[in-house]
Amino acid sequence: MNRFEYVRPASVTEAIAAAAAPGASYLASGTNLLDLMKGGVVRPSRLVDVSRLPGLDRIELQANGDLRIGALVRNADLAHDADFARACPAVAEALLSGASPQLRNAATIGGNLLQRTRCNYFYDTASACNKRTPGAGCDAHGGDNRHHAVLGWSNSCIATHPSDVCVPLVAFDAIAEIEGANGRREIAVEALHRLPGKTPEQDSALEPGELIVAVRLPAAAKSFAAHSRYLKLRDRTSYALALASVAAGLVTEGGTIKEARLALGGVAPKPWRARAAEAVLAGARIEPAAFRRAADVALGEAKPSGDNAFKIELARRIIVRALTLAAAGTPARMPALPASPFSSPAGAVQ
Amino acid sequence: MNLPIRLTVNGEPRDFVLDDPRVTLLDLLRERLQLTGTKKGCDRGQCGACTVIVDGRRINSCLQLAASLDGADILTIEGVAKGEHLHPVQAALVAHDGMQCGFCTPGQVMSAIGLLTEGQAGSDPERIREGMSGNLCRCGAYAGITEAVLDAQKTIEAAKTERAA
Repeated sequence: MNRFEYVRPASVTEAIAAAAAPGASYLASGTNLLDLMKGGVVRPSRLVDVSRLPGLDRIELQANGDLRIGALVRNADLAHDADFARACPAVAEALLSGASPQLRNAATIGGNLLQRTRCNYFYDTASACNKRTPGAGCDAHGGDNRHHAVLGWSNSCIATHPSDVCVPLVAFDAIAEIEGANGRREIAVEALHRLPGKTPEQDSALEPGELIVAVRLPAAAKSFAAHSRYLKLRDRTSYALALASVAAGLVTEGGTIKEARLALGGVAPKPWRARAAEAVLAGARIEPAAFRRAADVALGEAKPSGDNAFKIELARRIIVRALTLAAAGTPARMPALPASPFSSPAGAVQ
Repeated sequence: MNLPIRLTVNGEPRDFVLDDPRVTLLDLLRERLQLTGTKKGCDRGQCGACTVIVDGRRINSCLQLAASLDGADILTIEGVAKGEHLHPVQAALVAHDGMQCGFCTPGQVMSAIGLLTEGQAGSDPERIREGMSGNLCRCGAYAGITEAVLDAQKTIEAAKTERAA
């Protein structure tokens, strides 16, 4: 780990001033940042420790029905907040399917939004990586790339975004509240993450020194609570990143879908909202053929970036499975293996 | 640059002056307090051997800067037994042969204590396995570990019932 200056500001205003220095980085729980620093992947010259800034660790129901999650709320605390889990079960399921219990006890929601990719070539400082060193090239192209993107990738970068929780956040129109030197602004989480294009070094739409202070789920997210799932396929059932994952939410009436939300994880450089597939589902009857049509549309533009064509079919199938389970109803209790297609909660369609 | 911090470690207040902010909680415990029961396995948050309880929550001590934890209350494996009297999790691991080489055991103990405190697993072995998935055991003593956690939970519940009666 490189040497750095450590500062612990007492307020958001002080933090933003401290982060104006070139080479500064915010430190929340550090579960991702310290790992990257230990590998020499990132080398901030100053760490601005925001982990104990007052007032950012609350989950609040606002007067208009929005749920506001402070950026320092820990993943485990959010997932186990009974009111929150009832309102946004797919978000809770995604949280509990990610990392390990120890990491979930530490990791923050704000930090999760800004997780860096887990591409092995990004992590390995002996490999060429345009994200780590702009212009260096990309050793993932033609390398060991079965985990890499099949949607939204470019010749510069084929890395995927690793977050689970961002997938349902994007599906349910979450908003990030951001503070910076020029005041407060808001941005849809869907627009927070960028596609790589020719500038893969820029993960997000944040300006240098900006700080995420909260994530808001609009009141409308709750209308999907009775029919929501997050499913995740991975190399092992626990403590592994997604090969393909999906957040699905439905509003149903009789045998018909009134409204649908669908987003994919593990297959693209950003959490991938499948709006065209949602349009296919809206008004359709609840039946396997409709789910399959939606899955085909969601992956319509997909193409392998290497040895990962299998992910396209995997993603189609996990979409059909998630929609089937969502239509059957959100399980009354969190499954023993959250997000696993191999768990069979009572009442689930097999 | 010198950073003064205070931690409570296994019930005792300890003051430190950090001359380098890079010191992790794990290195502080092992190198400055000689509390070497907490193990350094991967040092990257993947193996769970460094698990300790910070302010009542199990975390990976390798991924925490000591400087960030000023004022925190830390429980390590050295603070778990009461003299010769083992914690129920420790006793159950012995009874169920939940270890072989022992390197991962302190982390397994701390993680199991954290899991039982969190109270999410109940008596479902699947939930126990999932709840212990942040602790790797290269010897593969997982079956014994799961049985031990289930057993320890029963012991702790029985003791609570007895105290309440």
